[in-house]
Amino acid sequence: MKYLANTVSLAYDENRCEGCGRCVEVCPHGVFEMEARRAKVTDRDKCMECGACALNCEFKAITVNAGVGCAAALINSMIIGGEPTCGCGDSGPACC
Amino acid sequence: MQEIKFIKTEGTPNGSSSCCGTSGQESAASCCSTTSQVQSFVIGSVTTAAGPVPKIVTTWTSSDTWGMVRSRSGGYRMRYTVEPGLYAVGEPTPDSDVFVTANYKLTFDILRRSLAGMNAWVLALDTKSINVWCAAGKGTFGTEELATRISAARLSEVVAHRKLILPQLGAVGVNAAEIRKRTGFRVAFGPVEARDIPAYVRGNYKKTPEMRTIRFSLLDRMILTPMELNPALQKYPWFALAVLLLFGFQPSGILFRDAFFGGLPFLALGLVAVFAGAFLTPVLLPFVPFRSFALKGLVMGVAALAALEAAAPSFFPAGLMRLAAYLLFPALTSYLALQFTGATTYTGMSGVKKELKLAVPAYFAASGLSVLLVIAHKFQTWRMQ
Repeated sequence: MKYLANTVSLAYDENRCEGCGRCVEVCPHGVFEMEARRAKVTDRDKCMECGACALNCEFKAITVNAGVGCAAALINSMIIGGEPTCGCGDSGPACC
Repeated sequence: MQEIKFIKTEGTPNGSSSCCGTSGQESAASCCSTTSQVQSFVIGSVTTAAGPVPKIVTTWTSSDTWGMVRSRSGGYRMRYTVEPGLYAVGEPTPDSDVFVTANYKLTFDILRRSLAGMNAWVLALDTKSINVWCAAGKGTFGTEELATRISAARLSEVVAHRKLILPQLGAVGVNAAEIRKRTGFRVAFGPVEARDIPAYVRGNYKKTPEMRTIRFSLLDRMILTPMELNPALQKYPWFALAVLLLFGFQPSGILFRDAFFGGLPFLALGLVAVFAGAFLTPVLLPFVPFRSFALKGLVMGVAALAALEAAAPSFFPAGLMRLAAYLLFPALTSYLALQFTGATTYTGMSGVKKELKLAVPAYFAASGLSVLLVIAHKFQTWRMQ
Protein backbone atom coordinates (compact mmCIF):
# COMPACT_ATOMS: atom_id res chain seq x y z
CA MET A 1 0.00 0.00 0.00
CA LYS A 2 1.31 3.41 -0.94
CA TYR A 3 0.00 6.88 -0.26
CA LEU A 4 -0.05 9.88 -2.64
CA ALA A 5 2.81 10.10 -5.11
CA ASN A 6 5.39 12.92 -4.96
CA THR A 7 4.11 14.55 -1.79
CA VAL A 8 6.64 13.37 0.74
CA SER A 9 8.93 15.95 2.39
CA LEU A 10 11.85 13.53 2.86
CA ALA A 11 15.20 14.98 1.80
CA TYR A 12 18.46 13.05 1.89
CA ASP A 13 21.96 14.40 1.33
CA GLU A 14 24.10 11.45 0.30
CA ASN A 15 27.32 13.42 0.75
CA ARG A 16 26.81 13.62 4.48
CA CYS A 17 26.23 9.89 4.92
CA GLU A 18 28.87 8.02 6.92
CA GLY A 19 27.33 4.63 6.33
CA CYS A 20 26.28 3.78 9.90
CA GLY A 21 23.07 2.13 8.73
CA ARG A 22 20.81 3.60 11.42
CA CYS A 23 18.28 4.78 8.85
CA VAL A 24 17.95 1.27 7.46
CA GLU A 25 17.51 -0.03 10.99
CA VAL A 26 14.74 2.39 11.95
CA CYS A 27 12.68 2.88 8.78
CA PRO A 28 9.50 0.77 8.98
CA HIS A 29 8.95 0.98 5.23
CA GLY A 30 12.36 0.06 3.87
CA VAL A 31 12.87 3.48 2.29
CA PHE A 32 16.63 3.22 2.84
CA GLU A 33 19.04 0.46 1.96
CA MET A 34 22.82 0.22 2.13
CA GLU A 35 24.78 0.23 -1.09
CA ALA A 36 28.57 0.47 -1.20
CA ARG A 37 28.69 1.56 2.48
CA ARG A 38 26.27 4.37 1.94
CA ALA A 39 22.55 4.71 2.45
CA LYS A 40 20.41 4.96 -0.65
CA VAL A 41 16.76 5.92 -1.01
CA THR A 42 14.78 3.12 -2.63
CA ASP A 43 11.30 4.59 -3.05
CA ARG A 44 10.45 8.02 -1.61
CA ASP A 45 6.72 7.45 -2.01
CA LYS A 46 6.89 4.71 0.61
CA CYS A 47 7.93 7.27 3.25
CA MET A 48 5.25 8.07 5.82
CA GLU A 49 7.18 10.96 7.39
CA CYS A 50 7.44 9.40 10.84
CA GLY A 51 10.79 11.13 11.36
CA ALA A 52 12.69 8.20 12.92
CA CYS A 53 15.52 8.37 10.36
CA ALA A 54 16.04 12.12 10.65
CA LEU A 55 16.05 12.00 14.47
CA ASN A 56 18.56 9.17 14.51
CA CYS A 57 20.91 10.31 11.74
CA GLU A 58 23.99 11.53 13.59
CA PHE A 59 25.35 13.22 10.48
CA LYS A 60 22.24 15.27 9.72
CA ALA A 61 22.01 13.78 6.26
CA ILE A 62 18.23 13.37 6.46
CA THR A 63 15.48 15.90 6.96
CA VAL A 64 11.76 15.25 6.91
CA ASN A 65 8.77 17.29 7.92
CA ALA A 66 7.49 14.82 10.47
CA GLY A 67 4.19 15.10 12.23
CA VAL A 68 0.85 13.55 12.90
CA GLY A 69 -0.93 12.38 9.78
CA CYS A 70 -4.35 12.40 11.28
CA ALA A 71 -7.03 14.40 9.53
CA ALA A 72 -8.97 15.40 12.63
CA ALA A 73 -5.91 17.04 14.18
CA LEU A 74 -5.02 18.83 10.95
CA ILE A 75 -8.59 20.07 10.40
CA ASN A 76 -8.65 21.42 13.94
CA SER A 77 -5.39 23.26 13.42
CA MET A 78 -6.64 24.58 10.05
CA ILE A 79 -9.78 26.00 11.65
CA ILE A 80 -8.62 26.92 15.15
CA GLY A 81 -4.96 27.41 14.36
CA GLY A 82 -1.99 26.13 16.29
CA GLU A 83 0.06 22.98 16.13
CA PRO A 84 -1.83 19.84 15.09
CA THR A 85 -1.86 17.27 17.86
CA CYS A 86 -3.74 14.03 18.07
CA GLY A 87 -5.00 14.56 21.60
CA CYS A 88 -4.09 11.43 23.46
CA GLY A 89 -7.49 11.66 25.08
CA ASP A 90 -9.61 10.48 22.17
CA SER A 91 -12.33 10.32 24.70
CA GLY A 92 -12.74 11.19 28.32
CA PRO A 93 -10.79 13.48 30.56
CA ALA A 94 -7.37 11.95 30.07
CA CYS A 95 -4.78 13.63 32.18
CA CYS A 96 -2.17 14.34 29.57
CA MET B 1 8.22 7.26 45.24
CA GLN B 2 11.88 6.48 45.35
CA GLU B 3 11.93 7.15 41.60
CA ILE B 4 11.17 10.83 42.02
CA LYS B 5 14.45 11.40 43.79
CA PHE B 6 16.36 10.28 40.74
CA ILE B 7 14.25 12.31 38.40
CA LYS B 8 15.26 15.36 40.37
CA THR B 9 18.97 14.59 40.14
CA GLU B 10 18.59 14.41 36.37
CA GLY B 11 16.91 17.78 36.29
CA THR B 12 13.24 18.29 35.69
CA PRO B 13 11.97 16.52 32.58
CA ASN B 14 11.18 18.95 29.80
CA GLY B 15 8.24 21.16 30.55
CA SER B 16 6.11 19.95 27.71
CA SER B 17 2.36 19.92 27.63
CA SER B 18 1.97 16.81 29.72
CA CYS B 19 0.76 17.39 33.22
CA CYS B 20 2.92 14.78 34.84
CA GLY B 21 6.36 15.56 36.07
CA THR B 22 6.31 19.12 34.84
CA SER B 23 6.09 20.83 38.16
CA GLY B 24 8.26 18.54 40.18
CA GLN B 25 7.65 16.02 42.87
CA GLU B 26 4.06 16.56 43.97
CA SER B 27 2.24 16.59 40.66
CA ALA B 28 3.89 13.42 39.44
CA ALA B 29 2.16 11.49 42.18
CA SER B 30 -1.28 13.00 41.79
CA CYS B 31 -2.69 12.64 38.32
CA CYS B 32 -1.10 9.97 36.20
CA SER B 33 0.08 7.68 38.94
CA THR B 34 -1.28 4.18 38.91
CA THR B 35 0.31 3.21 42.19
CA SER B 36 -2.95 2.12 43.77
CA GLN B 37 -3.43 -0.54 41.09
CA VAL B 38 -2.76 -4.16 41.94
CA GLN B 39 -0.71 -5.54 39.08
CA SER B 40 -1.95 -9.08 38.70
CA PHE B 41 0.88 -10.10 36.38
CA VAL B 42 3.49 -9.55 39.15
CA ILE B 43 4.38 -12.82 40.93
CA GLY B 44 7.05 -11.82 43.42
CA SER B 45 10.41 -10.18 42.98
CA VAL B 46 14.04 -10.82 42.14
CA THR B 47 16.92 -9.37 44.12
CA THR B 48 19.35 -7.06 42.37
CA ALA B 49 22.18 -4.74 43.34
CA ALA B 50 19.65 -1.92 43.09
CA GLY B 51 17.06 -3.62 45.28
CA PRO B 52 14.11 -5.90 44.55
CA VAL B 53 12.62 -5.82 41.05
CA PRO B 54 9.06 -7.11 40.47
CA LYS B 55 8.91 -10.40 38.61
CA ILE B 56 6.20 -10.82 35.98
CA VAL B 57 4.52 -13.78 34.28
CA THR B 58 4.49 -14.20 30.50
CA THR B 59 1.02 -15.73 30.34
CA TRP B 60 -2.27 -13.94 29.86
CA THR B 61 -5.36 -14.43 31.99
CA SER B 62 -8.93 -13.88 30.82
CA SER B 63 -8.84 -10.44 32.45
CA ASP B 64 -5.89 -9.49 30.21
CA THR B 65 -7.89 -10.57 27.16
CA TRP B 66 -10.97 -8.70 28.35
CA GLY B 67 -8.81 -5.63 28.99
CA MET B 68 -7.56 -5.84 25.40
CA VAL B 69 -11.12 -5.97 24.04
CA ARG B 70 -12.20 -3.02 26.18
CA SER B 71 -9.19 -0.87 25.31
CA ARG B 72 -9.54 -1.69 21.61
CA SER B 73 -13.07 -0.36 21.56
CA GLY B 74 -13.20 2.80 23.63
CA GLY B 75 -11.91 5.28 26.15
CA TYR B 76 -10.85 2.56 28.59
CA ARG B 77 -7.54 2.58 26.72
CA MET B 78 -6.64 5.85 28.41
CA ARG B 79 -6.73 4.23 31.83
CA TYR B 80 -5.16 0.91 30.83
CA THR B 81 -1.73 1.33 32.40
CA VAL B 82 1.07 -0.47 34.15
CA GLU B 83 3.38 1.24 36.58
CA PRO B 84 6.49 2.55 34.79
CA GLY B 85 9.81 1.05 35.84
CA LEU B 86 11.89 -2.11 35.71
CA TYR B 87 10.47 -5.65 35.69
CA ALA B 88 12.03 -9.11 35.58
CA VAL B 89 11.02 -11.97 33.29
CA GLY B 90 12.18 -15.47 34.29
CA GLU B 91 15.43 -15.45 36.28
CA PRO B 92 17.42 -12.65 34.70
CA THR B 93 21.09 -12.05 35.54
CA PRO B 94 23.21 -8.90 35.14
CA ASP B 95 24.00 -10.18 31.64
CA SER B 96 20.38 -10.54 30.50
CA ASP B 97 18.87 -8.38 27.77
CA VAL B 98 16.89 -5.25 28.60
CA PHE B 99 13.73 -4.65 26.55
CA VAL B 100 12.24 -1.17 26.69
CA THR B 101 8.49 -0.69 26.27
CA ALA B 102 5.53 1.63 26.91
CA ASN B 103 3.27 1.59 29.95
CA TYR B 104 0.10 1.07 27.92
CA LYS B 105 -0.94 -2.26 29.39
CA LEU B 106 -1.85 -3.84 26.07
CA THR B 107 1.63 -3.04 24.72
CA PHE B 108 3.23 -4.31 27.91
CA ASP B 109 1.14 -7.51 27.80
CA ILE B 110 2.07 -8.25 24.19
CA LEU B 111 5.75 -7.82 25.06
CA ARG B 112 5.69 -10.04 28.16
CA ARG B 113 3.82 -12.74 26.24
CA SER B 114 6.51 -12.62 23.55
CA LEU B 115 9.24 -13.15 26.16
CA ALA B 116 7.89 -16.56 27.27
CA GLY B 117 10.72 -18.87 28.29
CA MET B 118 13.35 -16.11 28.30
CA ASN B 119 15.27 -14.47 31.12
CA ALA B 120 15.18 -10.74 30.54
CA TRP B 121 14.58 -7.29 31.98
CA VAL B 122 11.70 -5.10 30.87
CA LEU B 123 11.88 -1.33 31.32
CA ALA B 124 8.47 0.32 30.98
CA LEU B 125 8.54 4.04 30.19
CA ASP B 126 5.80 6.38 31.35
CA THR B 127 3.98 7.01 28.08
CA LYS B 128 0.69 7.96 29.77
CA SER B 129 -1.04 4.79 28.65
CA ILE B 130 -0.16 5.27 24.98
CA ASN B 131 1.37 2.63 22.72
CA VAL B 132 5.01 2.88 21.61
CA TRP B 133 4.52 4.37 18.15
CA CYS B 134 1.99 7.05 19.04
CA ALA B 135 3.87 7.90 22.22
CA ALA B 136 7.11 8.20 20.25
CA GLY B 137 5.38 10.57 17.83
CA LYS B 138 4.23 12.62 20.77
CA GLY B 139 7.65 12.47 22.45
CA THR B 140 6.56 10.66 25.61
CA PHE B 141 8.32 7.51 24.46
CA GLY B 142 11.33 9.72 24.02
CA THR B 143 14.97 10.43 24.73
CA GLU B 144 14.21 12.42 27.87
CA GLU B 145 11.89 9.84 29.42
CA LEU B 146 14.22 6.94 28.60
CA ALA B 147 17.27 8.67 30.10
CA THR B 148 15.25 9.56 33.19
CA ARG B 149 13.87 6.05 33.56
CA ILE B 150 17.30 4.44 33.19
CA SER B 151 18.62 6.36 36.18
CA ALA B 152 15.39 6.05 38.16
CA ALA B 153 15.57 2.26 37.82
CA ARG B 154 19.33 2.34 38.58
CA LEU B 155 19.76 0.15 35.52
CA SER B 156 23.53 0.54 35.44
CA GLU B 157 23.63 -1.23 38.83
CA VAL B 158 21.19 -3.97 37.79
CA VAL B 159 22.94 -5.02 34.59
CA ALA B 160 26.64 -5.39 33.82
CA HIS B 161 26.34 -4.65 30.10
CA ARG B 162 25.38 -1.36 28.47
CA LYS B 163 22.84 -2.28 25.84
CA LEU B 164 19.11 -1.62 25.50
CA ILE B 165 16.75 -3.20 23.00
CA LEU B 166 14.00 -0.82 21.93
CA PRO B 167 11.00 -1.52 19.75
CA GLN B 168 11.89 -0.22 16.30
CA LEU B 169 8.92 2.13 16.16
CA GLY B 170 10.28 3.86 19.28
CA ALA B 171 12.95 5.36 17.02
CA VAL B 172 10.44 8.08 16.13
CA GLY B 173 10.95 9.52 19.62
CA VAL B 174 14.29 8.21 20.86
CA ASN B 175 17.60 9.58 19.65
CA ALA B 176 19.99 6.65 20.12
CA ALA B 177 23.17 8.72 19.94
CA GLU B 178 21.85 11.09 22.58
CA ILE B 179 21.00 8.19 24.92
CA ARG B 180 24.52 6.85 24.52
CA LYS B 181 25.99 10.23 25.35
CA ARG B 182 23.79 10.80 28.37
CA THR B 183 23.58 7.34 29.93
CA GLY B 184 26.34 5.23 28.39
CA PHE B 185 23.75 2.76 27.11
CA ARG B 186 23.86 1.67 23.48
CA VAL B 187 20.47 1.46 21.80
CA ALA B 188 19.59 -1.35 19.42
CA PHE B 189 16.26 -0.99 17.67
CA GLY B 190 14.73 -4.46 17.66
CA PRO B 191 11.89 -5.78 15.54
CA VAL B 192 8.72 -3.78 14.84
CA GLU B 193 6.57 -6.55 16.31
CA ALA B 194 7.26 -8.02 19.75
CA ARG B 195 6.35 -11.49 18.46
CA ASP B 196 9.57 -11.46 16.38
CA ILE B 197 11.77 -10.98 19.46
CA PRO B 198 12.58 -14.69 20.04
CA ALA B 199 13.69 -15.09 16.40
CA TYR B 200 15.64 -11.81 16.62
CA VAL B 201 17.50 -12.98 19.74
CA ARG B 202 18.15 -16.45 18.27
CA GLY B 203 19.41 -14.81 15.07
CA ASN B 204 22.14 -13.00 16.99
CA TYR B 205 20.22 -9.70 17.13
CA LYS B 206 20.03 -9.33 13.38
CA LYS B 207 16.81 -8.11 11.86
CA THR B 208 15.46 -9.62 8.68
CA PRO B 209 13.79 -7.15 6.29
CA GLU B 210 10.44 -8.63 7.39
CA MET B 211 11.19 -7.83 11.04
CA ARG B 212 11.79 -4.17 10.28
CA THR B 213 8.83 -3.62 8.00
CA ILE B 214 5.44 -2.53 9.28
CA ARG B 215 2.44 -4.16 7.67
CA PHE B 216 -1.22 -3.34 7.56
CA SER B 217 -3.05 -6.61 7.18
CA LEU B 218 -6.79 -7.16 6.95
CA LEU B 219 -6.80 -8.16 10.62
CA ASP B 220 -4.77 -5.08 11.61
CA ARG B 221 -7.32 -2.90 9.85
CA MET B 222 -10.33 -4.73 11.30
CA ILE B 223 -9.00 -4.30 14.84
CA LEU B 224 -8.91 -0.54 14.34
CA THR B 225 -12.49 -0.15 13.11
CA PRO B 226 -14.27 -0.05 16.51
CA MET B 227 -12.36 3.15 17.26
CA GLU B 228 -13.48 4.56 13.90
CA LEU B 229 -17.12 3.54 14.31
CA ASN B 230 -17.60 4.49 17.97
CA PRO B 231 -16.68 8.19 17.75
CA ALA B 232 -18.75 8.56 14.56
CA LEU B 233 -21.78 6.87 16.09
CA GLN B 234 -21.47 9.02 19.20
CA LYS B 235 -22.18 12.04 17.01
CA TYR B 236 -25.03 10.30 15.17
CA PRO B 237 -27.80 11.46 17.59
CA TRP B 238 -27.01 15.08 16.64
CA PHE B 239 -27.37 14.23 12.98
CA ALA B 240 -30.64 12.43 13.74
CA LEU B 241 -31.96 15.41 15.67
CA ALA B 242 -31.13 17.78 12.80
CA VAL B 243 -32.81 15.50 10.26
CA LEU B 244 -35.96 15.10 12.36
CA LEU B 245 -36.24 18.86 12.94
CA LEU B 246 -35.71 19.62 9.27
CA PHE B 247 -38.31 17.10 8.12
CA GLY B 248 -40.78 17.75 10.91
CA PHE B 249 -40.85 21.49 10.38
CA GLN B 250 -44.13 22.50 8.73
CA PRO B 251 -46.03 25.79 8.46
CA SER B 252 -48.26 24.51 11.25
CA GLY B 253 -45.38 23.67 13.57
CA ILE B 254 -43.20 20.62 14.08
CA LEU B 255 -45.11 17.50 13.12
CA PHE B 256 -43.87 14.27 14.59
CA ARG B 257 -45.36 12.11 11.83
CA ASP B 258 -43.63 14.07 9.05
CA ALA B 259 -40.43 14.14 11.01
CA PHE B 260 -40.39 10.40 11.40
CA PHE B 261 -41.61 9.18 8.03
CA GLY B 262 -39.98 11.92 6.01
CA GLY B 263 -36.71 11.63 7.90
CA LEU B 264 -36.47 7.85 8.11
CA PRO B 265 -34.69 7.27 4.77
CA PHE B 266 -32.15 9.96 5.66
CA LEU B 267 -31.58 8.46 9.08
CA ALA B 268 -30.95 5.06 7.50
CA LEU B 269 -28.67 6.55 4.85
CA GLY B 270 -26.70 8.29 7.61
CA LEU B 271 -25.98 4.93 9.21
CA VAL B 272 -25.03 3.43 5.85
CA ALA B 273 -22.65 6.31 5.19
CA VAL B 274 -20.98 5.88 8.59
CA PHE B 275 -20.65 2.15 8.07
CA ALA B 276 -19.16 2.64 4.59
CA GLY B 277 -16.65 5.24 5.75
CA ALA B 278 -15.62 3.95 9.17
CA PHE B 279 -15.82 0.21 8.54
CA LEU B 280 -15.97 -0.83 4.88
CA THR B 281 -13.32 1.58 3.60
CA PRO B 282 -10.71 0.64 6.27
CA VAL B 283 -11.36 -3.08 5.85
CA LEU B 284 -11.34 -3.05 2.03
CA LEU B 285 -8.63 -0.35 1.89
CA PRO B 286 -6.21 -1.87 -0.67
CA PHE B 287 -9.07 -2.92 -2.94
CA VAL B 288 -10.79 0.47 -3.10
CA PRO B 289 -9.54 2.48 -6.08
CA PHE B 290 -7.36 5.62 -5.68
CA ARG B 291 -4.56 6.34 -3.22
CA SER B 292 -6.31 9.38 -1.81
CA PHE B 293 -8.44 8.50 1.21
CA ALA B 294 -10.97 11.21 0.40
CA LEU B 295 -11.51 9.63 -3.02
CA LYS B 296 -11.58 6.11 -1.59
CA GLY B 297 -14.33 7.24 0.76
CA LEU B 298 -16.20 9.01 -2.02
CA VAL B 299 -16.18 5.84 -4.14
CA MET B 300 -17.41 3.75 -1.23
CA GLY B 301 -20.07 6.30 -0.32
CA VAL B 302 -21.53 6.45 -3.83
CA ALA B 303 -21.31 2.65 -4.13
CA ALA B 304 -23.13 2.12 -0.82
CA LEU B 305 -25.89 4.54 -1.80
CA ALA B 306 -26.28 3.04 -5.25
CA ALA B 307 -26.48 -0.44 -3.77
CA LEU B 308 -29.16 0.67 -1.34
CA GLU B 309 -31.12 2.43 -4.07
CA ALA B 310 -31.02 -0.68 -6.25
CA ALA B 311 -32.12 -2.87 -3.36
CA ALA B 312 -34.94 -0.65 -2.09
CA PRO B 313 -35.94 1.90 -4.75
CA SER B 314 -39.25 2.79 -3.11
CA PHE B 315 -37.56 3.57 0.20
CA PHE B 316 -34.87 5.74 -1.37
CA PRO B 317 -35.50 9.50 -1.48
CA ALA B 318 -36.71 10.83 -4.84
CA GLY B 319 -36.36 14.07 -6.81
CA LEU B 320 -34.46 16.87 -5.10
CA MET B 321 -34.06 14.73 -2.00
CA ARG B 322 -32.30 12.07 -4.02
CA LEU B 323 -29.85 14.67 -5.24
CA ALA B 324 -29.36 15.93 -1.70
CA ALA B 325 -28.67 12.38 -0.51
CA TYR B 326 -26.10 11.77 -3.23
CA LEU B 327 -24.35 15.01 -2.29
CA LEU B 328 -24.38 14.69 1.48
CA PHE B 329 -23.73 11.04 2.22
CA PRO B 330 -20.76 10.30 -0.04
CA ALA B 331 -19.18 13.47 1.41
CA LEU B 332 -19.74 12.08 4.90
CA THR B 333 -18.28 8.72 3.95
CA SER B 334 -15.31 10.46 2.36
CA TYR B 335 -14.76 12.53 5.52
CA LEU B 336 -14.80 9.43 7.71
CA ALA B 337 -12.46 7.58 5.36
CA LEU B 338 -10.06 10.51 5.50
CA GLN B 339 -10.09 10.27 9.30
CA PHE B 340 -8.64 6.79 8.99
CA THR B 341 -5.32 8.29 7.81
CA GLY B 342 -4.64 8.88 11.51
CA ALA B 343 -4.68 5.15 12.15
CA THR B 344 -2.91 3.67 9.14
CA THR B 345 0.71 2.56 9.16
CA TYR B 346 1.68 4.28 5.91
CA THR B 347 0.11 7.72 5.43
CA GLY B 348 2.13 10.85 6.11
CA MET B 349 1.31 14.39 7.11
CA SER B 350 2.16 16.09 3.80
CA GLY B 351 -0.27 13.87 1.94
CA VAL B 352 -3.09 14.36 4.42
CA LYS B 353 -2.58 18.14 4.30
CA LYS B 354 -2.75 18.02 0.52
CA GLU B 355 -5.99 16.06 0.64
CA LEU B 356 -7.56 18.36 3.20
CA LYS B 357 -6.94 21.48 1.12
CA LEU B 358 -9.34 20.17 -1.49
CA ALA B 359 -11.55 17.96 0.62
CA VAL B 360 -12.58 20.32 3.42
CA PRO B 361 -14.02 23.01 1.11
CA ALA B 362 -15.72 20.25 -0.89
CA TYR B 363 -17.32 18.83 2.27
CA PHE B 364 -18.63 22.24 3.26
CA ALA B 365 -19.98 22.85 -0.24
CA ALA B 366 -21.63 19.43 -0.47
CA SER B 367 -23.31 19.63 2.92
CA GLY B 368 -24.40 23.25 2.43
CA LEU B 369 -25.85 22.47 -0.97
CA SER B 370 -27.70 19.41 0.27
CA VAL B 371 -29.32 21.41 3.07
CA LEU B 372 -30.42 23.99 0.49
CA LEU B 373 -31.90 21.21 -1.62
CA VAL B 374 -33.83 19.82 1.34
CA ILE B 375 -35.21 23.31 2.04
CA ALA B 376 -36.13 23.74 -1.63
CA HIS B 377 -37.90 20.41 -1.49
CA LYS B 378 -39.87 21.52 1.53
CA PHE B 379 -41.06 24.68 -0.20
CA GLN B 380 -42.02 22.58 -3.20
CA THR B 381 -44.20 20.30 -1.09
CA TRP B 382 -45.75 23.17 0.87
CA ARG B 383 -46.82 24.90 -2.30
CA MET B 384 -48.48 21.74 -3.54
CA GLN B 385 -50.54 21.40 -0.36
